Amino acid sequence: MPLVVLAGIVLAALPFLGGSQYLATIGLLTAASALVGQGWNLAGGFGGLTSFGSVMFFGIGAYTAAIIQTRWGINPWFGLPAGAALGGLAGAVVGFAAFRAGLRGSYFALVTLAFAEVFHVLSNSLALTGAGLGITLRLAPGLGNFQFLDRRASYAVMLALLVLATALAHWLRASRFGARLVALRENEDAAQALGIDIVRTKTLAFALSGAVIATAGVVYTQTYLYIDPSIAFSVERSVEMLLVAMIGGPGTVWGPILGAIGLHLVADTAQAWIALPGFAAMLYGVVLLAVIRLLPDGIAGMFRRA
Amino acid sequence: MLEVRGLSKRFGGLQAVRDVDLDVAAGSITALIGPNGAGKTTSFAMIAGFIRPDAGRVALEGRAITALRPDRIAAHGLVRTFQITQPFGGLSVAENIRIGAFLHVAEPAAAMAAARAIGTRLGLGPLLDRPAASLTVAGRKRLELARALATQPRLLLLDEVMAGLNPAEIGEIVGLIREIRTAGVTILLIEHIMQAVASLAERVYVLAEGALIATGSPREIAENPAVIEAYLGHGAAARLARTHSSPFDQAAPHG
Amino acid sequence: MPPLGILLPSLVNGLLTGGVYALVALGLTLIYGVLHIVNFAHGSLLMLAMFGTWLLCTEAGFDPYAALPVMVAAMFAMGWALYRGVIGPVAAGAGGGVRQDRAILLATLGVAVVLDNFALVLFTGDTRTIDTPYAFDVVPVGGMLISLPRLISFGVALLLALALWAFMTRTDAGRAIRAVAREPDGARLMGIRPERIFALAYGIGIACLGAAACLLLPVFYVSPSVGNSFVLVSFTIVVLGGMGSFPGAVIGGLLIGVTESLGGLLLGESLGPIGISTVFIAVLLLRPTGLFGAAR
Ligand SMILES: Nc1ncnc2c1ncn2[C@@H]1O[C@H](COP(=O)(O)OP(=O)(O)OP(=O)(O)O)[C@@H](O)[C@H]1O
Ligand SMILES: [Mg+2]
Repeated sequence: MPLVVLAGIVLAALPFLGGSQYLATIGLLTAASALVGQGWNLAGGFGGLTSFGSVMFFGIGAYTAAIIQTRWGINPWFGLPAGAALGGLAGAVVGFAAFRAGLRGSYFALVTLAFAEVFHVLSNSLALTGAGLGITLRLAPGLGNFQFLDRRASYAVMLALLVLATALAHWLRASRFGARLVALRENEDAAQALGIDIVRTKTLAFALSGAVIATAGVVYTQTYLYIDPSIAFSVERSVEMLLVAMIGGPGTVWGPILGAIGLHLVADTAQAWIALPGFAAMLYGVVLLAVIRLLPDGIAGMFRRA
Repeated sequence: MLEVRGLSKRFGGLQAVRDVDLDVAAGSITALIGPNGAGKTTSFAMIAGFIRPDAGRVALEGRAITALRPDRIAAHGLVRTFQITQPFGGLSVAENIRIGAFLHVAEPAAAMAAARAIGTRLGLGPLLDRPAASLTVAGRKRLELARALATQPRLLLLDEVMAGLNPAEIGEIVGLIREIRTAGVTILLIEHIMQAVASLAERVYVLAEGALIATGSPREIAENPAVIEAYLGHGAAARLARTHSSPFDQAAPHG
Repeated sequence: MPPLGILLPSLVNGLLTGGVYALVALGLTLIYGVLHIVNFAHGSLLMLAMFGTWLLCTEAGFDPYAALPVMVAAMFAMGWALYRGVIGPVAAGAGGGVRQDRAILLATLGVAVVLDNFALVLFTGDTRTIDTPYAFDVVPVGGMLISLPRLISFGVALLLALALWAFMTRTDAGRAIRAVAREPDGARLMGIRPERIFALAYGIGIACLGAAACLLLPVFYVSPSVGNSFVLVSFTIVVLGGMGSFPGAVIGGLLIGVTESLGGLLLGESLGPIGISTVFIAVLLLRPTGLFGAAR
């Protein structure tokens, strides 16, 4: 394992050493996938809460960042805590409602999808979110403004968040809360009989997941300086998070990172060969099917067995 | 310790449990017996909060727990096991037990130490680091018991923890249950194996087709004609009286 | 509140579209009722069927209604093959319980992702329509002008729903499917092989989409992303009507057709679609057994 960690550190540091914007962009995209994948993993992997709509948190984070600075003139850095808080709140509210109603499995997946759709429609029609036009940030690069011309800086921020999220996953694996969450995933009746509060535990996990995913949305806005409803709440991004976690190994600490690297290797290679729109995403689907069939515990599961 | 009054539950057209009264004295071992489908497991599920009763009330040490969720009831010290064992399949045996220990021990390492100690005491020592899914029936039954015990319950509801075990294993579990009681845990158990019931329980309740038909010491129950009828069919008591033997001298049928 | 002169036609239009939605939902509810599978690929398979119909019409000169039998057969084959090749093996390989439930759900999601993007590769993201001589024909009904193709589609959809119901209740194959749905183990004892019945039921459920595609295309456009919108619509219908309930799917389809149409009218183009998701969430949170109460 130490070897893997070392390799990871070297890999993560590569874009800084070279000075190449291209490497930094790849690093940024991979770290972003890993971050949302890790966020999804906190609830979907450890707790088995298969959400199909977690892009709602990404969108909430992205719009929070955009709105506080363009509408209210608040410093963009404040977007990170604010986005995380609102993402967490949305996770808590949606989760509480769904878990209170006893929704699980497929029903939970569908209801989260519907909530994401509600946010999509709202962002598409509210004046606050700029409706269909979205929100464009004024270009004003500078550390104080959380805007960077150098991709390596955006990458560094994303990487820092990923480290935090992974630390959270690590804590989850070691803590009582995490153990209870896993127990719920494995057997709800038994968990309840042993004193675990189902609704509370799941709601907290989903809120945590929401907070983490929202931070990725904040960095997105700060990197591309633009957000609109179809970027913020696309079904594809929900699928991506789930895929990253499932490929890497749901319910493991390092899985989402492995999954993000694996996914980007596949997608970028495919894109280099056949640049048709949709081709890489189609491979995502194929990979998902293959993983379900052949690697139910993901890449991390392979290591554990070896 | 436990006071159950007028407990009833209907599933569609079937009155699974009808107006059941039950008392479990603190420090005792009490048995709930009855033919297959009598409503024993359903009664447990209602007492432990898994099924909402149509009518009736349950009090634990004088405190009403009827409308509470299972996890709240567990926190009050009443913990059940499952007839159909419910392991956390992906976790190791020790991790399974630790989930129970977490109810009153917050610190992960301390909970793990407690879990391993309990597992070892229940004869799961060599299996502690195996996945729970790999256990045999006997192992799973022990795991149910160990997990429940790890919550430090005051009242333990055991649903057929001996079913499917061989006589030697049954003997061990009987010994374990005695130890648990000696350690101060009150026990209410469902069991089909009459020798075990006779040797463990001070008081026996008999359920048939959802209703209580008899209660008393194991000896009284074994000689009660209504009970014999319920187990062996109409007229059985009269036939047995002629041969001077009771069905409870052997292990009763179970499923 | 818009005047009745606008409200009423919108209501009727919604109802007519709802008839076709009902057919889509029937396929979904059949699959759920028999296999207990939440078929997330349903919308994408409908999209695929619509592109199939579009190809038949534009490349082979078919009339969309004449393409119906062809598409029903093709989609049945597609569903059968999908069950045999993907969903069945995943279900068999995943053990049981929660894990299996999740594996199947994710497998249908995987199929949806593959199909959506396969269509994107083949057809690009453009929206496509077909031209029919009767596309804009109208018939006067009670002072309103009703679109002829919508009326035909509605009628055919209800006829097909009726035919499906007759098939399920009156034929040996239908009875076998229902027997498996109720008691897979009992059916096995009677010499029915559940795996074949599952593939048959999945095939029939998907065949409904072949028919629905032909009925939709005269008045609807198709693009690789229509699957996404249909998936929520069809699940809303099925949940509203009660998962697994036949009459529930039909009534739910009509209700949702109207909801969508009135939502668009009253809330406007951009906010209108919120109606469907809101109904869906409300039903799941407040009355998960649906309006017609079949147990989950
Ligand atoms: N959730 C349920 N829905 C419908 N009927 C049920 C349900 N649970 C139990 N029953 C029925 O209620 C009756 C009582 O069941 P219960 O499991 O309580 O019996 P039991 O006394 O524990 O039997 P056994 O000795 O076989 O374990 C049975 O006829 C059973 O089929
Ligand atoms: Mg029982």
